[in-house]
Amino acid sequence: MELNYLFYQHYWWFIVSLLGAILVFMLFVQGGQSLTYSLGKNEKQLGMIIRSLSRKWELTFTTLVTFGGAFFASFPLFYSTSFGGAYWVWILILFSFVLQAVSYEYIYKKGNLLGKGTYRVFLMINGLLGPILIGAAVSTFFTGADFIVNKDNISDSLMPVISTWQNAWHGLEAVANPWNVVFGLAVFFLARCLASLYFINNIDDADIRTGARRQLLYNTIGFLVCFLPYLVFLLTKTGYTEDPSTQIINIEHYKYLHTLLQMPALLVVLLVGVLLVLAGILLTLFKKAFIKGIWFAGFGTVLTALVIFLLAGFNHSVYYPSIADMQSSLTITNSSSSLFTLKTMSIVSLFIPFVVAYIWYAWAQLDKRKIKIDDTDEDY
Amino acid sequence: MEIDLSLVDWSRAQFALTAIFHWLFVPLTLGLGVIMSIMETIYHRTGDLKWKRTAKFWMKIFGINFAIGVASGIILEFEFGTNWSNYSFFVGDIFGAPLAIEGIFAFFMEATFIAVMFFGWDRVSKRFHLASTWLVTIGATLSALWILVANAWMQYPVGMAFNPDTVRNEMVDFWAVALSPVAINKFFHAVLSGWTLGAAVTLGISSWFLLKKRERVFAIDSIKVASVVGIAGIVLSMITGDGSAHQVALTQPMKLAAMEGLYEGEEGAGLVAVGVLNPQKEYGNDEDPFLFDIKLPKMLSFFATRSLNGYVPGINNLIEGGYPLPDGSEALSTEEKMQRGKAANFALMDYRAAKKENNTAAMTEAKERLDENFSHFGYSYFTDHAETIPNVPMVFYSFRVMVILGGYFLALFILVGILSWKKRFADIKWLQWVVLLSIPLAYICSEAGWIVAEVGRQPWAIQDILPVQAAVSKIETSSVAVTFFIFLALFIVLLIAELSIMFKQIAAGPEPVVNTKK
Repeated sequence: MELNYLFYQHYWWFIVSLLGAILVFMLFVQGGQSLTYSLGKNEKQLGMIIRSLSRKWELTFTTLVTFGGAFFASFPLFYSTSFGGAYWVWILILFSFVLQAVSYEYIYKKGNLLGKGTYRVFLMINGLLGPILIGAAVSTFFTGADFIVNKDNISDSLMPVISTWQNAWHGLEAVANPWNVVFGLAVFFLARCLASLYFINNIDDADIRTGARRQLLYNTIGFLVCFLPYLVFLLTKTGYTEDPSTQIINIEHYKYLHTLLQMPALLVVLLVGVLLVLAGILLTLFKKAFIKGIWFAGFGTVLTALVIFLLAGFNHSVYYPSIADMQSSLTITNSSSSLFTLKTMSIVSLFIPFVVAYIWYAWAQLDKRKIKIDDTDEDY
Repeated sequence: MEIDLSLVDWSRAQFALTAIFHWLFVPLTLGLGVIMSIMETIYHRTGDLKWKRTAKFWMKIFGINFAIGVASGIILEFEFGTNWSNYSFFVGDIFGAPLAIEGIFAFFMEATFIAVMFFGWDRVSKRFHLASTWLVTIGATLSALWILVANAWMQYPVGMAFNPDTVRNEMVDFWAVALSPVAINKFFHAVLSGWTLGAAVTLGISSWFLLKKRERVFAIDSIKVASVVGIAGIVLSMITGDGSAHQVALTQPMKLAAMEGLYEGEEGAGLVAVGVLNPQKEYGNDEDPFLFDIKLPKMLSFFATRSLNGYVPGINNLIEGGYPLPDGSEALSTEEKMQRGKAANFALMDYRAAKKENNTAAMTEAKERLDENFSHFGYSYFTDHAETIPNVPMVFYSFRVMVILGGYFLALFILVGILSWKKRFADIKWLQWVVLLSIPLAYICSEAGWIVAEVGRQPWAIQDILPVQAAVSKIETSSVAVTFFIFLALFIVLLIAELSIMFKQIAAGPEPVVNTKK
């Protein structure tokens, strides 16, 4: 394998991982949607919560779309295998995000046909399904999926499909593995923690802040109960590794623990990420006037999630194990785009800091003034 | 297990449903984006609050459509993977890049600045707000650019090479993909047709206000801006439409033949201005293609070849081959193309078998055969010549609907523009009714254009390389049928809700505004 090519494959796995990590952070919008009825006790409070989230939902949505687009462009074999195979999981995720997009625009509009309550229920559905299903789908990076890849099929004019799913559940079978459910729930509780921190920062209302602090405590417990066992499971689990010289895939005990030990930078970033998440939560819980926890926990979430994504792909790991045929498993070397495409897109990726900068600037401009109870709904 | 052809049909139906639904909203946001940005620019330059009020009204209409356009857009992106997974693998190396670039350059721009546009009136400076509004419009246009580059590449695959080791097509020249003449024409034609539709909707709604004797100043101001955008949009759409048709003649002759219902090619071919196809006509029988037709002599040859006496092949010629190509060579028949496709397929199998045996000489020989025949690879999946013919009536009639309505809107916009300039339009009720009732025609025109483009290129997912039956995912037909009906129900509900909100918003009219910024 050409060294240059390896560099770009790793670079793009990093970019995709970073987008995935930012998406995990941005799921605070979904977490907030799932907390709507817990925190909003009257129409005014519900209005403030929806207004607060409505300024951010498009960024979550766009991050999801870009994450998918970048994955498609850089690792098309994953896109075709997972999306074409785990059909029902992706359709459910898609469906819930479509409901979200429409709900934010229509909820306060006159003549919205279904009524405010229905759109709030749509947001609740997205708030529940989005994080759990995305979490479960990410967990299959470690627990595997039921597919076979056979590139010779392309020459079969009657059945030319190269990636085929081996059961009729098309992705729904992932819930049969409890660890996928546990990780999905961990992402769900984390999204609710981040949403609580976001509301405390963004909404200037004593009732909502008190409620959000209470929810922060409950959901932190839920998150730790799910995440810590999953972390132990991950670090002790048997994984798959690719022999770089032969491209043959082999079993390796304690694969992910080995990766962390062999790549200490990842271990350091993971620890820093977890500490920042805890710092954001604990400072908010114990210092009543502290409202900046979202920045600590948000940054920590990105770092932690980034390491989890990198663990899946770096160090010759198999990032999408096939439980039907080990040699069909996907690695960043056997599923990536060509060197030319990766190089071309790398030039484009140099603009990402510029994009982040203008998002930051626009976001800061809009958030200079906190959401208040006496704000009008004029913008809707 | 074989691929079930009904799976292909359901997958096509689901994608077509989503694309048609998506295209109800996107062109309006492209056109309205320009119109509302111009209005806010006038407000910025003059400080006249009536323009802020006008711009804000159209922004609300923009927002209602934008959300549902975004929601239906993500469905299309997902469906490339969920329903067309083999396609995603086979050409993802090329097709994925424009999608990723669209996300990085366009989507984030739109998502970020639309929030400023809607929520920032009292939070950011006037200048920053104006910049945000233009950036939303530019973002929407950039988004169109990259997805149309991707679409154009499917119709005219360039800048790529097939790699038998990875069994996929790989990009070798990004600029050939991004700047192909098909892509450039398609981008300008689609975006400018969006301007046309945006102008038609703005003019129609403004006319409604005049008919209701409400908001006269707002309506007249809106008509002034929209008629200029509309005239520019439709004139440039026609110019780029001619360019697109010429590219179709060069790269997708079967689509052109279907657009014209042309079975027997000829030199100095006439363009069918009006015609009724003979429903009994099929490839291979002796029926006359038309029950009735009026042709403009030599015009088809002129548009297709830029020569009044140029040769335009018909469906029969494209199937049977033997006619002279512009480069002097003789066209292959479909039968010969199918043989070459199969030769490419065998060569690929031989190459992969030789590679497993580490037989370098056999690999080289197979690779040579593959390279020689790969341009017809997609024909290896056909068993019958007739499979390569698209639905002629649908393409023929859609093309005529698009062209006739395009001519109608050119005349309408010029008339409204002149009368508006002479300050007489506000007093001509019958014309206001005509403009109002023309709104649905703009949508029909726009959708008809896409039907020509997408039905006309069937059966190809990628021209000559991959037909739709080799592009699908291997899932149960029932799964796709179920999701088709779920999406159909969802789209109907969303469309009714969207129209209901639009009508309420229009009935409420523009809101009074106060200038809270310096």
